[in-house]
Amino acid sequence: MKARIHLLLGSLSAALVAFALAAPRVIAADKVDPVADAKAFQNFFFQKFPNVKHEDFVNGPYSMNEDMKRQWQEKEEFPPYEFALEAGKEMFSTPFKNGKTYADCFPNGGIGIRQNYPYFDSGEGKVITLELALNRCREANGEGPYSYVKDEMASLTAYMAYTSRGKLMDIKIPDDPRALAAYENGKRYFYTRRGQMNFSCASCHVQSPGERIRAETLAPALGILNAMPIYRSEWSGMGTTSRRFVTCNSQTRAVSLEPQSDEYRDVEYFLSYVANGLPISGPGARP
Amino acid sequence: MASSIRVRATSTGDITEVQTLIQHPMDTGLVKDSKGELIPAHFIQQLKFECNGKDVFVADWGTAVSKDPYVKFSFKGAKKGDELKISWTDNKGGSDTTTAKIA
Amino acid sequence: MKLSLGLAMLLALSLAPSARAASEADYKAAYAAAEAASKEAAGMRNQWTVTVSALAAAKRAADGGDFGRAVAAAREAEALARASIFQAVSEKEAWKAMEIR
Repeated sequence: MKARIHLLLGSLSAALVAFALAAPRVIAADKVDPVADAKAFQNFFFQKFPNVKHEDFVNGPYSMNEDMKRQWQEKEEFPPYEFALEAGKEMFSTPFKNGKTYADCFPNGGIGIRQNYPYFDSGEGKVITLELALNRCREANGEGPYSYVKDEMASLTAYMAYTSRGKLMDIKIPDDPRALAAYENGKRYFYTRRGQMNFSCASCHVQSPGERIRAETLAPALGILNAMPIYRSEWSGMGTTSRRFVTCNSQTRAVSLEPQSDEYRDVEYFLSYVANGLPISGPGARP
Repeated sequence: MASSIRVRATSTGDITEVQTLIQHPMDTGLVKDSKGELIPAHFIQQLKFECNGKDVFVADWGTAVSKDPYVKFSFKGAKKGDELKISWTDNKGGSDTTTAKIA
Repeated sequence: MKLSLGLAMLLALSLAPSARAASEADYKAAYAAAEAASKEAAGMRNQWTVTVSALAAAKRAADGGDFGRAVAAAREAEALARASIFQAVSEKEAWKAMEIR
């Protein structure tokens, strides 16, 4: 037992030392420039995968692997998220006890607006995601909030994404230092290594898209949220953007944060912003 | 509640292609819930497709089929406009039936 | 400095439990140190799942009266928590190395 711990800690500290030596290529902190960031981010993926059509990145692993893509196209004729979609449509049009509906909470009655979420709310000084807005809508109308990770929330966002399919992601960063700070915070979260595995979001979804991790093919970070929510065969069910973040964290052996915590909202803001111009493809189906 | 069965049947020439998606938990009886208690087995035992009074596809299932199963097959001898009747029964005595016109 | 932290972790672990059988007092001290470190990590929003489970294992062993095992698990938890703190501190700058620009 003792020997085992020695070994474990020995390798752990060796890893830490190695990583400490490799890391400090510190770049002078310059101004936050989201426009340049988004351009660089998209170019990185376009150059890494010159044969993938730009609008195809939103289809995650299916854009990376021909064989999987054919299977998926067949699956899309009869997609597994269909039940959730139908439930979401029904929920969306069913009035609350006070007679109002979700449509009253959203611009354009909630139809075809997925591409504008998340947005920065200047009144509150924070990022508002679609999931958060849906629960706030419920609470404002005297209803209890839904779980952020699945079931009802996934059905509702599935329907709202479906009505927005093909619309181009259009996230704005208003001229407000707090909005820029939220964006920067999301970017930092995306690239920061965490968990015992010492992985950042970028370790998988920037450095290794198209590669396998166990039996899965990793999706590119570019456009990864455009497909949310998703039916994952692995989960045997639907999951939201929140669920994706929570499970990614725990897979790196980091204790995940609360859904819709500031960090998750900010990283959603960052990831959505750099996917501006790519179409909404949600709800998606993933292995 | 809406039907638990989604079906799409299209005929080209003599061949009718059928795709079906069924909403069912398909619990194996081996999985525990968050409280650590076994979720009792709950699965479809028989799935049947009938066309013009004849069985065209009968499946006897066990627990090894996934949640919300998807089935695709094709058969000969039906034409556009014929009615396809789909039904399933599960181990708890539950069942559902729906019909679809072949397009 | 980074190397010495790693060594210190190794030393702390290898020397202590071999001297004599661990007592409840040893466990309490080790657990308190581990808990403090894990709270610090959680405060930095960088808790590791393995820290939490090592802490729980320490508690479980102590409840069962196996203080040797409890002390070992608590020390492991502390080492893991310290590693996660180190990670959080170094990543404050190091994340930029990974950025696409």
